[in-house]
Amino acid sequence: MPDGTAATRTRTIEMQVMRYNPATGNAPYMQSWTIPFTDDMSVLQGLQYIKDNLDGSLTYRWSCRMAICGSCGMMIGGVPHLACETFLRNFLPGPVRVEPLEHFPIERDLVVDATDFFTKFERITPWLVPKDPKPVSEGEYLQTPAQLEEYEQFSHCINCMLCYAACPQYGLNKDFLGPGLTALLHRYNADSRDNAKAERMELVHSEEGVWSCTAVGYCSEVCPKQVDPANAVNRNKTQSAIDWFARFLPGRK
Amino acid sequence: MKRSNAPVYWSLFGAGGMLAALVAPGVVLVLIAGGIGYREIHALATNLIGKAFLFAVASLFLWHAAHRIFHALHDFGIRAGPVAWLLCYGVAIAGTLVSASALFAIGF
Amino acid sequence: MAARRTYTRPMTGWWKRDPFFIRYMAREATAIFVYLYAIVLVAGLSALANGQESFEAWLAMLRSPLGIAFQLVCLAVFAYHTWSWFVIMPKTMPPVVVAGKRVSGGTLTGAGVAAAVLATLVIVALAGLKP
Repeated sequence: MPDGTAATRTRTIEMQVMRYNPATGNAPYMQSWTIPFTDDMSVLQGLQYIKDNLDGSLTYRWSCRMAICGSCGMMIGGVPHLACETFLRNFLPGPVRVEPLEHFPIERDLVVDATDFFTKFERITPWLVPKDPKPVSEGEYLQTPAQLEEYEQFSHCINCMLCYAACPQYGLNKDFLGPGLTALLHRYNADSRDNAKAERMELVHSEEGVWSCTAVGYCSEVCPKQVDPANAVNRNKTQSAIDWFARFLPGRK
Repeated sequence: MKRSNAPVYWSLFGAGGMLAALVAPGVVLVLIAGGIGYREIHALATNLIGKAFLFAVASLFLWHAAHRIFHALHDFGIRAGPVAWLLCYGVAIAGTLVSASALFAIGF
Repeated sequence: MAARRTYTRPMTGWWKRDPFFIRYMAREATAIFVYLYAIVLVAGLSALANGQESFEAWLAMLRSPLGIAFQLVCLAVFAYHTWSWFVIMPKTMPPVVVAGKRVSGGTLTGAGVAAAVLATLVIVALAGLKP
């Protein structure tokens, strides 16, 4: 926050934020504020300054402030970012342009309608279906480090939806399962303890599964947790293609 | 849920793309250089391996390009209908047939 | 409570919004030249089947100023295809582990490009060894 000593001048930066009020139904518009800032201030803190001091109606999602809850995804300078780990100093001299996540309908200001993402989430069987079910009394399902390695990266997804904002194929076709959910789907398929691969692969093999992807690769570029959803989708393309031909081999279902 | 048949086209796209990535610059260089004439190409085309190479290049390049162009139309917001399909995959089919018959006609 | 009324932004011109998308479109556009070049090659095979005179007419067309210009453009475009192909290739693969360590995508890209350079040298060399 602004330095109070007379020896230093308060630095300021302009933030241009997209506003949308569903009550008016008018198209979204940009509103601009000039705020004091320090080098350690995130875009989220900038928004909070505006809301606390300049315009209490500014609406946005946030929670943990440490890039783990996935709530504060938004377009900053036209790129999907988590606002809490994006710093105002990197946009000097400004202005910092803040807009809601692309490819999602806008609810109000920076809040988007994420219904599609959460509806699709239910379709990927996002839980472990044990291969050899056993009661708790018999202990844990064991896994070697190598088995963990197979899926761990994909388990880091925080459901922030930056990859959906990045993906033009999702933008063009809302039927597409999308990068993040395919990564999560793969997380379960690749887990040695799981037995529900067959039902998940049905979704993978469909047009709305991996076959809507054209390997743009921007999803993996913007992912804040290095999940590499592009890899999850595209290696499942390879697998799906092999499977398409291999199913005709004798001895296969 | 209906299984997509995209794998058939995608596999051809992938094979053509890999082949193009590896040999297209070389082929272009050889033909630009101009040191190659009827004698050399005819010799290549009467050889079984040469035939296979020429067929693969001509056909797979077309299958690769057809798939990419067809899907790029979608990226541009153009609804890819039967005309687009024919201009893309239709030309790939035609090119494959013409190449095969030409290489067959050239014989050994 | 006020009624919900969501606003959906259009996708028109989406690929112009970011350099990443422009590079993607350039990558996809390489297919136009692969397509045209392949048609030229098919025409060449057809001409070859029709005999020496026919084939030499096709070669003459290639050696015309327009033909040379087209091939030079193709050369540049195909080099970009090779590069962009091997950049995206690692995404289609499961992890490659060598000596207990996972090989990075960048290394796989480098290997692919190296293979393409090698293939180019082999093709040029073979063409130089005329029968």
